[in-house]
Amino acid sequence: MADRPDSAAGQGSNKPSLSLHVPEPHYRPGDAVDFSHVDAGEAGREPRPDEACDPAEMRDLAYGLIRVLGDDDRAHGAWDPKLDADTLRTMLKNMAVTRAFDERMFRGQRQGKTSFYMKCTGEEATSISASMALASDDMVFPSYRQQGILLSRGYPMIEMINQIYSNRGDKLKGRQLPIMYSSREHSFFTISGNLATQTPQAVGWAMASAIKGDSRIAATWVGEGSTAEGDFHAACTFAAVYNAPVILNVVNNQWAISSFSGFAGGERTTFAARGLGHGIAALRVDGNDALACYAAERWAANRARANAGPTLIEFFTYRAEGHSTSDDPSGYRSAQEREEWPLGDPVMRLKRHLIALGEWDEERQETMDREAAEMVRATTKEAEANGILGHGLHHPFRTMFEDVFEELPWHLREQAEQAVKEREIKFPEGVPK
Amino acid sequence: MSAPEAQAETQTAPGGDAEGSTERRLNMIEAINEALDVTMARDPDIVIMGEDVGYFGGVFRCTAGLQEKYGRTRVFDTPISECGIIAAAVGMGAYGLRPVPEIQFADYIYPGLDQLISEAARLRYRSAAEYIAPITVRTPFGGGIFGGQTHSQSPEAIFAHVSGLKTVIPSTPYDAKGLLIAAIEDNDPVIFFEPKRIYNGPFNGYYDKPAQPWKKHAASIVPEGHYTIPLGKARIVTEGEALTVLAYGTMVHVAEEVCRQKGVDAEILDLRTLVPLDIEAIEASVRKTGRCMIVHEATRTAGFGAELSALVTERCFYHLEAPVLRVTGFDTPYPHSLEWAYFPGPVRIGEAIDKILSE
Repeated sequence: MADRPDSAAGQGSNKPSLSLHVPEPHYRPGDAVDFSHVDAGEAGREPRPDEACDPAEMRDLAYGLIRVLGDDDRAHGAWDPKLDADTLRTMLKNMAVTRAFDERMFRGQRQGKTSFYMKCTGEEATSISASMALASDDMVFPSYRQQGILLSRGYPMIEMINQIYSNRGDKLKGRQLPIMYSSREHSFFTISGNLATQTPQAVGWAMASAIKGDSRIAATWVGEGSTAEGDFHAACTFAAVYNAPVILNVVNNQWAISSFSGFAGGERTTFAARGLGHGIAALRVDGNDALACYAAERWAANRARANAGPTLIEFFTYRAEGHSTSDDPSGYRSAQEREEWPLGDPVMRLKRHLIALGEWDEERQETMDREAAEMVRATTKEAEANGILGHGLHHPFRTMFEDVFEELPWHLREQAEQAVKEREIKFPEGVPK
Repeated sequence: MSAPEAQAETQTAPGGDAEGSTERRLNMIEAINEALDVTMARDPDIVIMGEDVGYFGGVFRCTAGLQEKYGRTRVFDTPISECGIIAAAVGMGAYGLRPVPEIQFADYIYPGLDQLISEAARLRYRSAAEYIAPITVRTPFGGGIFGGQTHSQSPEAIFAHVSGLKTVIPSTPYDAKGLLIAAIEDNDPVIFFEPKRIYNGPFNGYYDKPAQPWKKHAASIVPEGHYTIPLGKARIVTEGEALTVLAYGTMVHVAEEVCRQKGVDAEILDLRTLVPLDIEAIEASVRKTGRCMIVHEATRTAGFGAELSALVTERCFYHLEAPVLRVTGFDTPYPHSLEWAYFPGPVRIGEAIDKILSE
């Protein structure tokens, strides 16, 4: 039993009893959902300060919501990035391809072709639109749900599938959990599985770029749940102290597996407000509004490139699907949430905007979706020729011991020899094909 | 690598008798400072960061003068965040720099462990060598300076246990310079533990006697310029037939003094690096002597001595004439007032020698 001073024993004490607050989400399975407490605000409402603005002069932007696309499907206000129709169509296509890719890979996991997958459904704009606002050689330190960045940067889809299948074509030699991609060529950092570690690393990269007088900036993505990690606090501190040319993107999709954003402090204030305490410029953005995502990221990139400092962007969005193939969201949240989410779906909103501009139509959308699905299917088939997980077509056995160090030390050499011997004992007739 | 460059193999330290020599003598702090200076002058991608390392030059003075010489963007102070320091170094390494962060005391390194264990140590493997972490984390470790439990720890076994990290511990100024240059030039992450009790002199375990300065020790003769000592090569401190002593850092000097006083014909190996380990030197020595004693200051249970004991037993069993013995710190936090009761000093080592030689 816990120690307790007599004065707190209740009887005769005039001090109130303390009580512990344990956050609880608004809705659990079966609950009717009402999002009327979510203040989305009007599109075009927020002012757009100069990129060199003092963070103290733009505090309200950490508590408001930058929105460009209105209910009328038109772009509004100072944050309208005024993108040409070709760029908008490219953005829409990147989203369509990402969504088709997610569908196929999720199904592939269910069919036993790999162990794990994570979709980004509903959050496509936070990676695709945001990364399109960066230069292609700006360095990105993603979390695990930014496959849209790689697809936007032209990374070959077959490489992604090879990685997901851990097959003999996997550039990462089957060492990483599916979706933990890496591509130095595409300025895409190797994804960790430990949360938020990439955030202060991005700041370090940006510091290095500044030390060298480079012009490239860094951007990183982290979930709202992971902002609770000390790494996030370290990142904010270092970014502020060294005025690092970095963008800290917080994707607030409301859910960290089964824990709602309240467990990261979301009941008390916004995630954008985390920046203000550090003196970092902070923007809170409608993460389902592709134009707002692009505009905010571009603002932050301009700011970083001009040596005006880091920016923390909160993308307010909703994780429409489960965390991964390993959880069933119907077990912890109301199924109504997705349909009731007041900020809609990013792909549909961008599509309707292009249609409103007279630059798109449903027929072209259908064709694009169909072609995306066909392309994904064909690429998947191509990748499957390299093997799927657990069917023997993986990288050569010896590669298991490579890359622990630059050179193989004696103890790993001995262990590699042991492993070869184990295989010979296990498969006396030779390893089955 | 370019000449001139000395490659010290498994051999005794250079120098010879120190008395009367006119050669340049450095203590370990000066040797470390010079290693940093030499590498920074050669490679513009090397940056140093850490708490108080900039203008002030570090609480132990190892980075003194370097900010003035190389500027504030190459030698700078950091927030008090070991997580942030290691993480920033990982990011800088990904950019192409070669960071040499300092963690002020090894006892402070734990907030940075995730960035070391799950990130720095794994980058090469998980990215199939697309990204590497060519960083050297320097950190003073060990007790004997009345540092209490938070300024005295020897956590080397934690790091030696992690695949992908190299662990280096010098015991002399000559080695400190050569090993640190090798560590910095290495493309893998290295934890470089500096035994702070011997920064200023080769402490022999007799804390109640006057401290000796480095200038009387042969290995305080430190060549100018660039030289490296390869990681993974032990140093034979004394050759002998009766007993093999495996030690590193401060304990090399304590073991040497005890063996000298007892007149034991011991072969003392200074391991210098725990990972990669010089297993050949260990095996050769133990096969010759048939007896093996391991000395470290760190706590005993699951310490690096346990690994050494297992290796020696597995590989030299039929040459052993006595059980392998470990002489270590006790499994307690490092106590402030009773630090010399914790420290594996001459009495504890002497008892162990008597025991192993009597078997």
